[in-house]
Amino acid sequence: MGIDIPASIDETLTLLSESHYIADRSLATTLYLSLKMGKPLFLEGEAGVGKTEVAKVLSSALGRKLVRLQCYEGLDINSAVYEWNYSGQMIEIRLAEASGGIDKKSLSGDVFSKKFLIERPLLQALKTENGQPPVLLIDELDRTDEPFEAFLLELLSDFQITIPEIGTIKAEQPPLVIVTSNRTREIHDALKRRCLYHWVDYPSAEREFQIIQAKLPGIDKQLSAQLVAYVQHLRDEDLFKLPGVAETLDWAEALTQLDKVALDSEAVDNTLGTLLKYQDDIAKIRGSEAAQILERVKLELAEAS
Amino acid sequence: MDKEEHEGRITENILYFSRLLRAAGLPVGSREVLDATKALALVGISSREDLYWLLFSNFVSRSDHRELFDQAFHIFWKNPRIMERMAGLMLPVMRVEEDDSQQISRRISDAVAPGVEPSKRAEGEETKIEFDASFTFADSEVLQDKDFEQMSSREIEEAKKAIKELKLPISSVRTRRYRPGGKSRVIDMRRTLKMSLRAPDSIPLIYRSHQLRRPPVVIICDISGSMDQYSRMFLHFMHSVTNDRDRVHCFVFGTRLTNVSRHLKNKDIDVALENASQSVKDWSGGTRIGFCLRQFNNYWSRRVLAQGAVCILVTDGLDRDQTDGLEKEMERLNKSVRKLIWLNPLLRYEGFEPKARGIRAMLPYVDDFKTAHNIKSLIDLSKMLSTPDQKNLHFLEAISG
Repeated sequence: MGIDIPASIDETLTLLSESHYIADRSLATTLYLSLKMGKPLFLEGEAGVGKTEVAKVLSSALGRKLVRLQCYEGLDINSAVYEWNYSGQMIEIRLAEASGGIDKKSLSGDVFSKKFLIERPLLQALKTENGQPPVLLIDELDRTDEPFEAFLLELLSDFQITIPEIGTIKAEQPPLVIVTSNRTREIHDALKRRCLYHWVDYPSAEREFQIIQAKLPGIDKQLSAQLVAYVQHLRDEDLFKLPGVAETLDWAEALTQLDKVALDSEAVDNTLGTLLKYQDDIAKIRGSEAAQILERVKLELAEAS
Repeated sequence: MDKEEHEGRITENILYFSRLLRAAGLPVGSREVLDATKALALVGISSREDLYWLLFSNFVSRSDHRELFDQAFHIFWKNPRIMERMAGLMLPVMRVEEDDSQQISRRISDAVAPGVEPSKRAEGEETKIEFDASFTFADSEVLQDKDFEQMSSREIEEAKKAIKELKLPISSVRTRRYRPGGKSRVIDMRRTLKMSLRAPDSIPLIYRSHQLRRPPVVIICDISGSMDQYSRMFLHFMHSVTNDRDRVHCFVFGTRLTNVSRHLKNKDIDVALENASQSVKDWSGGTRIGFCLRQFNNYWSRRVLAQGAVCILVTDGLDRDQTDGLEKEMERLNKSVRKLIWLNPLLRYEGFEPKARGIRAMLPYVDDFKTAHNIKSLIDLSKMLSTPDQKNLHFLEAISG
């Protein structure tokens, strides 16, 4: 069952938080506009700040189908938009030949028809299901090469795809499009201009605390306050890869599994691998540095309470 | 309250605001303005914050522009009178209030008040040398071998001309994308089927093969005091490479790292170099190689080294810092690129031995170590880069079976 799109920014915020996605107002504003104006939403930000999650939450909250296109280098039309069913076509030709009297022209029309068209994500996204257009997630667009971006231009501005043998296929209702990028390269302006842009930042301490509470309802309040403060401190350090929200959640999960109710140096050292993913970073933080940050965190929390 | 008039004013305001942004260098077109107006009609004005993000999502499309937008927003929407002032954008000179102008960026203040500080273009700072038409072949040969450091100013001019002609033919790499034809034996089913409908009895097979593409190039050049004469030459080299191929990123460093890619994209070399040198604050100073490479690794590597980049590092390896962490940063850099080439002008001396600690720390992590002290060495470099490296060939053979 589909649910109507929210009617205001506040409703958008509520919709997201009901699905346990704690967004800040800036994201809600942009998302609301994107839904209302029918423009794709372009989310850029560091890895693990919850860009992909927006699309997943949107699809579940609105009860729409999620069509996901994971981008990679060398992604082409055949795997992103459509492909012909070659074996099917071969058999069709053979059968026509066997029955004799082939009319080449009508055969080519038969062979290159929708019957033999295999739909890939972008084409699927133009279809409505139960009268509701799907949510289309184009994930990590920066992983593809520039030529692929050009394929997307027609889709993102007019929500249509042109197949030379068949013609132009237009969406009955435009899908809700979310494009994400980790910014390993700049995406071309032509594509960005067709979208509403939003930079997803690391959350504030307060919001990160809410996120943990929403995602891991059973977690100890004191522990989550401590680990949020710890991660926030870690983000001020000079590291190759700063931990994102996804890492904070992993860490919280790990600590709960270990039955911890408060942080201690040993637990931090043992579970650092859930937060930091580069050996240099771990070597730098583990031990005295980790203990120092812990001291500071405890002091701050004691002062605050 | 007259609602209609109220809305009319806001549209006008957005228009003026977009002009301010455009003047500050953001690519804001009429399409964005229309969309912003449409968005405003949907949301209405309830709070300043909503207005901020509404305009942000429509007008900003790069994360580098966030800061400029932020400043522009706060200046423009704080001071309602600025609108009337903006209305007079045609007027030659305007001034922002003093307390405002102190903290805002040059680009914004220039955009709000153009012409307040006319940029003084260096006139006669560098007198152009008249060209001697009798420049012979022999001369250019001599020039090729001459060290940049020993060149007279006339010769430098000649050298710059020669460098302009230099290309950087780094061998192309195979992408995962296909193109029709070629030697590879992968069948192109789609075109084969099409052909079969045209051919009478048989199905002629049509092949496709991998497309080749030139990899991205990242040049990181040392501009510290000890590299003085060479780095000026290398700026010319970087400019000619930037304008010859796509996906080139150029960085210079002394005590800190500066990205000069965008400045060097300007076709006019004088404008390009002037813009580049204005953005660099540490010309001919000390060197902190380790520190600068860390800046590069942490901030830029993920953004410019994707898709198999080749990295050219130009430095003499003489580090002011006690090479703290240099080794680690070199290792990381080496691991993130397809090929790391070190150009070192010191290598020209016979019997050069890597004694300096910096050089010793860096050497194990480079794939190629070349000299770059005259034009000939740069030409040699071009040749070296254009021959595909063995390692790569084996790899290609392995995956193509």
